[in-house]
Amino acid sequence: MGRSPATTKDDAQALFHSLRSAYSATPTNLKLIDLYVVFAVFTALIQVGYMAIVGSFPFNSFLSGVLSCVGTAVLAVCLRIQVNKENKEFKDLPPERAFADFVLCNLVLHLVIMNFLG
Amino acid sequence: MARSLGFIIVLLAVTSICDAVAIFHPISESHRSAALELFSPAAGSFSGLEEAYEALRTFEVLGIEKPDTKDHTCNSVVDTLSSSSSNLKDLYHSLRVNGLLKCKTSKEALTGTVSRLKGGVKEATTLLDYYYSVGGLLLVKDQSSEVDVLLGNADGILRSIKALSQSDGRWRYSSNNPASSTYAAGVALETLSGVISLAASAIDENLIGTLKNDIVKLFDSIEKYDDGAYYFDDKVIDASGHQGPLSATSAVVRGLTTFASTSGTLNIPEEKILGLARFFLGVGVPGNSKDLYYQIDALSCLENNRVSVPLILSLPATVLSLTSNDKLKVRVNTVLGSIAPPLSVKLMQVFSSGSKDAPVLKEELKFDPKEAIHTMDALPEGVDIGEYVFAFEIVLSDPEDKRKYATGGRTKVPIHVTGVVGVDNAKLTLLEGDSVESEKKLNLPGKNDVALSANHLQKLHLSFLLTTPLGKPFKPHQALFKLRHETGVEHIFVVGNSGKQFKIALDFLGLVEKFFYLSGQYDIELIVGDAAMENSFLQPLGYVELDLPKVPEKATRPPSQAVDPYLRYGPKAEINHIFRVPEKRPPQEVSFAFLGLVFVPFLVFLIGLLRLGVNLKNFPTSTVPATFAILFHGGIAAVLLLYVFFWLKLDLFTTLKALGVIGIFLMFVGHSTLSHIASVSVKVKSA
Repeated sequence: MGRSPATTKDDAQALFHSLRSAYSATPTNLKLIDLYVVFAVFTALIQVGYMAIVGSFPFNSFLSGVLSCVGTAVLAVCLRIQVNKENKEFKDLPPERAFADFVLCNLVLHLVIMNFLG
Repeated sequence: MARSLGFIIVLLAVTSICDAVAIFHPISESHRSAALELFSPAAGSFSGLEEAYEALRTFEVLGIEKPDTKDHTCNSVVDTLSSSSSNLKDLYHSLRVNGLLKCKTSKEALTGTVSRLKGGVKEATTLLDYYYSVGGLLLVKDQSSEVDVLLGNADGILRSIKALSQSDGRWRYSSNNPASSTYAAGVALETLSGVISLAASAIDENLIGTLKNDIVKLFDSIEKYDDGAYYFDDKVIDASGHQGPLSATSAVVRGLTTFASTSGTLNIPEEKILGLARFFLGVGVPGNSKDLYYQIDALSCLENNRVSVPLILSLPATVLSLTSNDKLKVRVNTVLGSIAPPLSVKLMQVFSSGSKDAPVLKEELKFDPKEAIHTMDALPEGVDIGEYVFAFEIVLSDPEDKRKYATGGRTKVPIHVTGVVGVDNAKLTLLEGDSVESEKKLNLPGKNDVALSANHLQKLHLSFLLTTPLGKPFKPHQALFKLRHETGVEHIFVVGNSGKQFKIALDFLGLVEKFFYLSGQYDIELIVGDAAMENSFLQPLGYVELDLPKVPEKATRPPSQAVDPYLRYGPKAEINHIFRVPEKRPPQEVSFAFLGLVFVPFLVFLIGLLRLGVNLKNFPTSTVPATFAILFHGGIAAVLLLYVFFWLKLDLFTTLKALGVIGIFLMFVGHSTLSHIASVSVKVKSA
């Protein structure tokens, strides 16, 4: 069955469209969390870009900045997993509890980050 | 074992050779000036009557004018004699000073003193009590003829003093104290002689005989130095603080001479009396006043005593020069420097250094009565330069004097004879193999300027003859040949000899390595020196230009020459601290640009939130939950604000403390808010 290159491109486009439609079905709160994660990651990337240009001095500040972004992104991902209703594992966990954990862990992370920032 | 035995043998040999070879001088001007210096009364008066007596006695013996403190001292003498609180010791010392100064004392004072002293004799228990009281009475007897001082129970007093004596000739201070000393023996002898002279009736002769035997026993404990000095040493430090051989020997001499003056001659060998005199003269000039007093007092006792008067043989110069034809001069005096009785001095033997035998000469020295010196016009035959020991003998003209004076048999004196050593036939030769390349005659010890050039295959020879004034061969202490390179590296060689001929042969082939392969100009120096040589010289002879082969790689480097010591410790280069170069920071514009860039994702986030249609519908509307919700968000904001302050200026501990407070508050508020929301959503679900 030979497929022409043009069909590959069409396939990719079709895949992309199906992803988009599937994504729009997700609840708003999950979309909110996704947006937050994207924001955090982009901030991290900008910081890495800055370090690449000007050099890594002071290294501790760079690390604390990048790790704050990455850390908060990771915590947001954990929140998303726990809050997602389709996730059978966390059926019994109320989302408010997950959110409270998210807030607490973020506060602790940022305390450490602020200490390491120098 | 063998080593210690060998050492003992060497020691015995040395001590036998050093058999009393020393020179002693009688009292001289240096003693007088020392006495003036040491005894000068501080603040115009003496510190005490004992010190005053010591100073005055020393001045009297040495013939120095007494200082002008007579009035002040006399006042204290009179005060002590008349005061009733003075003890025996004070009375004794003030009477001693009075004897020298002859102060005006009243008869009542003397009578009162005598009665107190006599009472002291009766009640005396210790040796010093007897000494002070008897001594005081004896002094009063000399100073005044009006007062009666004779002692009735002289025998009894003698026996009680004798009871304190010991079998070895020493005396104890009291019957309670078993410690004995030689100093106490001297004090006791003086006291005993005082009792004998103050005796009202005749003394038992046997008692005096036993006392004389005690003295002879005391002399058995006498000690001796190698140079012929005899002395007594006290190992015990007694209560009065007297210690050491000088005070002990001085006390014994005083006691002995006073006893002999009262009780007739004693059987003491004259060698020991002369040895005692030598001991005191051998001290030289003591450094403190008490030692000077002991020395001078003892010597004045020896000067004319009834046992035997020592005669001291001294030489004004012990170094004689053959060139200036020095004559040998000898003096014979008493210990205080007074003129001796008529005598002649004979030179018996001349020992050259190291030898123990010498022919007996018996040459008499000529006496010059004006200068009181015995001279020998010419030195004996065969006396060349070097070190000798001359043995003299004193022969008294009057045979009666033999008993009165101690001459000491053979007196050995070290003599040093110097002279000009002849340096002849000096030449510096350069040899190639066996044939002579060049020969330069040297004019020693005059100036020379030799210029030679040699290579490593040649040899350099130096030879000269050394002869003494009497034409004999001479070996000096130093005969050295020195080559110094222009860089300062020196090489020294010892010039050996056989008889008169001194020779050194330098074979440069063998010395190439020793010279560190340094070619160049070497300055030549010859050093010949000796203590007996009047013309010792250190003579630069010129230079030799040496051509040595090239330095191989493995040869030792010549030692680095000493740097000028002042340069070595001079200031060094200044060290500047290099500080850590600060890191390169990016220009500020770049940093600000990225600061702005970092906020872009945040703006995108906010825009995305709006696009998603985020709303606050679930926010509680009723009052209490609303407050809690607001407080919850406020709490989180407060924590974040606290973090900003933490970064800006707070430290971790303050932050943690504040965080703890806010955190508890936040937990409480958050719990209530979230549980409220949770209950609301459950209600919605179930509804």
